Amino acid sequence: MKPASLSFSASAILGMVAMPALMLACLAAARAVPAIAAFPAGWVIPVPAAINTVLGWLVPALQPVTGLASKVFGTLLDALIVTLQFLPWPAVVLAVALVGFKAGGARLAALVLAAGAYIVLAGFWRQSMVTLSLVLLSVPLSALLGFLLGLGAFFLPRLRRGLELVFDFMQTFPAFAYLLPLLLLFGFGPIAGLVATAIYAIPPMARCTLSGLVEVPRERIEVAEMSGCSTWQRLVWVELPSARPMLALGLNQTTMAALSMVITASIVGGVDDIGWAVLSGLRQADLGKSLLAGLVIVLVSVVIDRITAGLFRPRSAVGSGKNRPRWQPILLAAAAVISLGLAARLAAPDLLQGWNETRGIVDLGMLNKALLGFVARYSDLLDAIKNAVLFYLVLPLRVGLAGAVLPMTWGFSMTPAVTAVYAALALLLALRQMAKGRPSGAAAILCLAALLHTGFVAFPWPAALALAVWAAWRAAGPRLALFTGLSLAFVLITGLWIPFVKSLYLVIVAVALCALLGGFFGVLAARSDRFSALLRPINDALQTMPQFVFLIPALMFFKVGEFAGLIAIALYAVVPAIRYTETGLRNVPPSLLETARQLGCTPVQSTLLVQVPTARPALLLGLNQVVMAAITMLPIAATVGTSELGQQIYIALGKADAGLGITAGLVFCLLAINLDRILRGVAGRLHSAQ
Amino acid sequence: MTSLSLPPGERRIKLACRDLWKIYGVPPREAAQIARTGDRAALQRERYGRKPLAAVAGASFDIHEAEIFVLMGLSGSGKSTLLRCLTRLIEPSGGSVTLDGENLLAADRRRMTELRRKAMGMVFQNFGLLPHLTVLDNVAFPLRVQGIDRPTREARARDMTGLVGLRGREDQFPAQLSGGQQQRVGIARSLAAEPEIWFLDEPFSALDPLIRRQMQDEFIRLQKMLRKTIVFVTHDVQEAFRLADRIAIMRDGAVVQIGTPAEIALVPANDYIAEFLRDVPLLRVIRAADVMRPATDGKPALPQFSTEDVLEDILPVLLGGAAAVGICDAAGTLVGEIAAADISGLFGTQRAMPA
Repeated sequence: MKPASLSFSASAILGMVAMPALMLACLAAARAVPAIAAFPAGWVIPVPAAINTVLGWLVPALQPVTGLASKVFGTLLDALIVTLQFLPWPAVVLAVALVGFKAGGARLAALVLAAGAYIVLAGFWRQSMVTLSLVLLSVPLSALLGFLLGLGAFFLPRLRRGLELVFDFMQTFPAFAYLLPLLLLFGFGPIAGLVATAIYAIPPMARCTLSGLVEVPRERIEVAEMSGCSTWQRLVWVELPSARPMLALGLNQTTMAALSMVITASIVGGVDDIGWAVLSGLRQADLGKSLLAGLVIVLVSVVIDRITAGLFRPRSAVGSGKNRPRWQPILLAAAAVISLGLAARLAAPDLLQGWNETRGIVDLGMLNKALLGFVARYSDLLDAIKNAVLFYLVLPLRVGLAGAVLPMTWGFSMTPAVTAVYAALALLLALRQMAKGRPSGAAAILCLAALLHTGFVAFPWPAALALAVWAAWRAAGPRLALFTGLSLAFVLITGLWIPFVKSLYLVIVAVALCALLGGFFGVLAARSDRFSALLRPINDALQTMPQFVFLIPALMFFKVGEFAGLIAIALYAVVPAIRYTETGLRNVPPSLLETARQLGCTPVQSTLLVQVPTARPALLLGLNQVVMAAITMLPIAATVGTSELGQQIYIALGKADAGLGITAGLVFCLLAINLDRILRGVAGRLHSAQ
Repeated sequence: MTSLSLPPGERRIKLACRDLWKIYGVPPREAAQIARTGDRAALQRERYGRKPLAAVAGASFDIHEAEIFVLMGLSGSGKSTLLRCLTRLIEPSGGSVTLDGENLLAADRRRMTELRRKAMGMVFQNFGLLPHLTVLDNVAFPLRVQGIDRPTREARARDMTGLVGLRGREDQFPAQLSGGQQQRVGIARSLAAEPEIWFLDEPFSALDPLIRRQMQDEFIRLQKMLRKTIVFVTHDVQEAFRLADRIAIMRDGAVVQIGTPAEIALVPANDYIAEFLRDVPLLRVIRAADVMRPATDGKPALPQFSTEDVLEDILPVLLGGAAAVGICDAAGTLVGEIAAADISGLFGTQRAMPA
């Protein structure tokens, strides 16, 4: 135990006071100097215009190539769509069910049949086939490119760092932001969406390929070397087979990413696919239609996920090799079914045409009425939830306690006396950190207290900059601090500071909601096997669903607005919070829990004092996943009316201002990458400390 | 040309290394500099916040034809690194390695590949089997790499699988085998290309004690049949003394003593090695030839033993009251004798060793 006097040495006190003092100085200066309160408009550099100029030069230069590609893929896509729509649906469903049987046995085959039946009955067969065509075309393309990129990164270790960053950008860059230049390049229509899909779906395959190859056990490499393998022999006979599980995972993830992006890209329009059905339903306030179509997406994604995950499971594992059916009969049977369907279609065109055109048997009017009735009936409750979150979470972050604490909602206002109590509380907490010998912890508490009091939007930019750089430095060292500083500088000079800050607090609110709910469910799931088993399929479904689907319930219950966006984000991002909490807690060694029980801990004590602290690195990684998910969802949530970066991107799309879209997209990526690096840095430090 | 009839120490030298170094934590050029000068002070200087680490520090020894040469040391003593320097799986920082007089460190990649294909076989601690291949394909793997056609290599692989006692399991996958069986596959694979020199890196360390013992017996049986030149790495003292013709004991990257098991057991070079020997059953390690005195003529009535017999066999006779036993060489000629005092003297010096 450190003596208390040591904790209060001069340097420690300086460490505690320096940052908060800087914050307070900025806050004070902001009243006098407008340039500190808000970034001066005169300092803004017209980055979007510059990007537009570059694009204006680049697009015509590339158009011959991209136009040709667009033609080729357009023809392929049309052929695929026509074929799939021409085939009678029983044949297609049966063929897919056969593949499902190969991948996951009778259960998966049954799931395919059920999903097929639902799609037909709900009346979305044609649209589903369009979506399936898009996926079928984009996945091989993305997987091949991703594989080659991963391979390249494996053979050229010097490029790895750079490529990782590129992948980060590809995955976090909002598709809406580059859709516009893609439309210019590839023309209006599905091909631009297809390219966007490829951009988004390549990184998972590339990452998995790389990590699969890098993680081949050293001994196997030595076996290859001692057997005298050439580089090529080693790759094909040893490394790739060893990386097979990771490659399979990559293929699965790439497929899911492609599906998700195909749906999102439907916002461009031009194809009558299932995503368009959802979107038009949302736009026409035809919620029943969106709900039905959304369910189609969920089913399709679950089926595709199970099939791709099942097909490539390693066969050498004990037992599973025997009872798995072979490929040949499955393929033969599937081919037979398809040919039969084709023949039937040619023999009786009208009848089967009718089948495929089946309109849904569900009465949309009834469904809509029921939904609206439900919402109207519980509107009080829904409003109460909405207001609670708005008044106690969103507003304080946006305008600070100084602005948000009003007698109407909080029952008091921030009089000087209350402010003094608030400051005293913050100081007390900070002193407690000091006593534990953590001056920077104390400084962090004081800074956060100042931030919370002022609110995100009104917080002076120099103070925010200093705070972010300091946090990055503490988390991962000078390199990240420099990166963070440059990133924020970029945000400032592009003039997107306010939308950026709004995005940031929206992310923080969403993450806070997820952490609370996800943490709660995760703890429950870790303590009860039954609850865990109940939760697992729900989590699976939530995680395989394309982001777009989450808008439907949010809109249904909370109408257009920031809160609906928040709910959509939270729904999408809550799963990692649950998952990481559960696995983190469950991975705490049983011996440790036994010790705790032996020492006389109650179950709650054991959870709070033993499990949670031990699982901290895992929890932080989960938090990181939540943050990333929230950020990815942000631009999509913008379509239902949030007012931040995502909205900027959406506006840019509407105004056909590609430069603005790309600039906002860049800011987005920088937000995501910085938060990711900082959180991972903290997790890494915790991990090495244990 | 063959020198196989000679005792191991006098046979032709197969593999030799001189002043071999492997230094981590500094750029290769500086490592080579330190290796050339043997500048131990340079190893103490911190570079980039950490000290350089000499995993192998100036190792020199000769390995003779058909000899079992054991590298023994605790984990972290550099024995596995040394083994990998001999095969150039790890590039040494300095020194020389010669195989049949050829400088391995000067061989280009193509020559090295050829040598590994034809002349070297290796067994790994965690077996290193390829999980996607069957037992037969794993064993045939080195032959496949050489481009040998399927029927030939499968026939050869079948022979090897039979040799290690896995007949009938050719079509199983590694995951379906026990640890001992997996290592048998590893052994069969390492022998498939009929290497001249056989590297074994802690081959039995991952196995249960009982299985380990069986595998050691199996190894002895194979070596009697095959007569390979063997470099065997282990951290297990008993294993080392049981299998070795000669042992090199390593500590902190350096070879601290080389000798036959009996030489080391009788005259440990320092306290560190003496400490090791506490676990060695000396009676089973020391042979008659190691401790006998020249025979005094004309006492043919003594109970007689061979020079290769270990003390464990002789001791009961001496304890039974015989004043001395006679020792004969392979031809049956009396070459020496051992009295009870010779043996008790031996243990006196052993136990007097300060701890």
